Amino acid sequence: MDLHARRFIPLLGFVLLSVLLFRGLSLDPTSLPAARLGQIFPEFAKLELQSGDVISVVDLNQRPALVNVWATWCYSCRIEHPYLLELAKSGVPIYGLNYKDDPVKARGWLAQLGDPYRLNIVDDEGSLGLDLGVYGAPETYVIDRDGKIVHRHVGVLDQSVFRADFSAWFPALMDAQAPVAQRALDGK
Amino acid sequence: MTASRVVLARHGRISFAWSLLLWALTPVAHALIETYEFSSPALEQRYQVLSQELRCPKCQNQNIADSNAPIARDLRVVLVEQLEAGQTDEQILAFMVARYGEFVRYRPTVDRNTALLWWAPGLLIGAGFVALAFHFKGRRRVAAPALTATEAAQLKKLMENDSL
Repeated sequence: MDLHARRFIPLLGFVLLSVLLFRGLSLDPTSLPAARLGQIFPEFAKLELQSGDVISVVDLNQRPALVNVWATWCYSCRIEHPYLLELAKSGVPIYGLNYKDDPVKARGWLAQLGDPYRLNIVDDEGSLGLDLGVYGAPETYVIDRDGKIVHRHVGVLDQSVFRADFSAWFPALMDAQAPVAQRALDGK
Repeated sequence: MTASRVVLARHGRISFAWSLLLWALTPVAHALIETYEFSSPALEQRYQVLSQELRCPKCQNQNIADSNAPIARDLRVVLVEQLEAGQTDEQILAFMVARYGEFVRYRPTVDRNTALLWWAPGLLIGAGFVALAFHFKGRRRVAAPALTATEAAQLKKLMENDSL
């Protein structure tokens, strides 16, 4: 290698490192790949929060639907709750997974804040959460027409997240939802 | 006056003794936060190894043995249950990976996604050696050219001048 070319080696290194680090800026280190994506929602036999009936995966029969992992100890769940109510009102089926919670408190929460859920799975010891790969709350999953898990969102679900990542499964909703969302904004 | 001072001194000594006692108890208390009964020492040994190797999904730079997160506790409980149920290490790891992805293993299997992670250190060290080799080779070449007759004469002249 002649001297002229060698002069550019540090520059090349700098450019490569810059590209690498610049890419790093837009990565989220806390985002985990969802291992269950593309698989059928796991089997379970759990109590339903309000009725006390034993329910299983076949009872999640309004699809596509959201499965929302929530608990009364989870502060962010309180933040996203009004948006879940909006979604339910505009026709999105939402199933709740009441994760490692006290059922009495959970019923109190729904009585006080409103109930956006078609059904609520009582997962007080967290075993269904573990089967799903849940590592906190809130988490929201999309199950498609066939009962497959097609998307997971970790953290608060709000309108911008829904528009960006969830709307593909609820296409009819987006036009209908705009005025609702606008009302929600005006209300605040 | 004297009496109160004595009381104070004794008080000081007592609290010192207390803190010594508490200090002596801390490691014990720490170890007692969570205990699992194992039916055999071999299982406990495997528990130690696996709980060090499984990574807490919530607090990302801790293994499940070190983490206080509720999810890490759940995973420890599952780990104990599965060990007692006679599952092999491979089965337990497969169970965890099916739920939390390769992420939960500190030593993920080598596949398309983790190949870079596994091979990058070796590749970088190799690249470093190659760069070093080039560096020294280049240096030797610079030092190598011998002096021409004119240059030698010039050098000799310079040296002689210098001695003046």
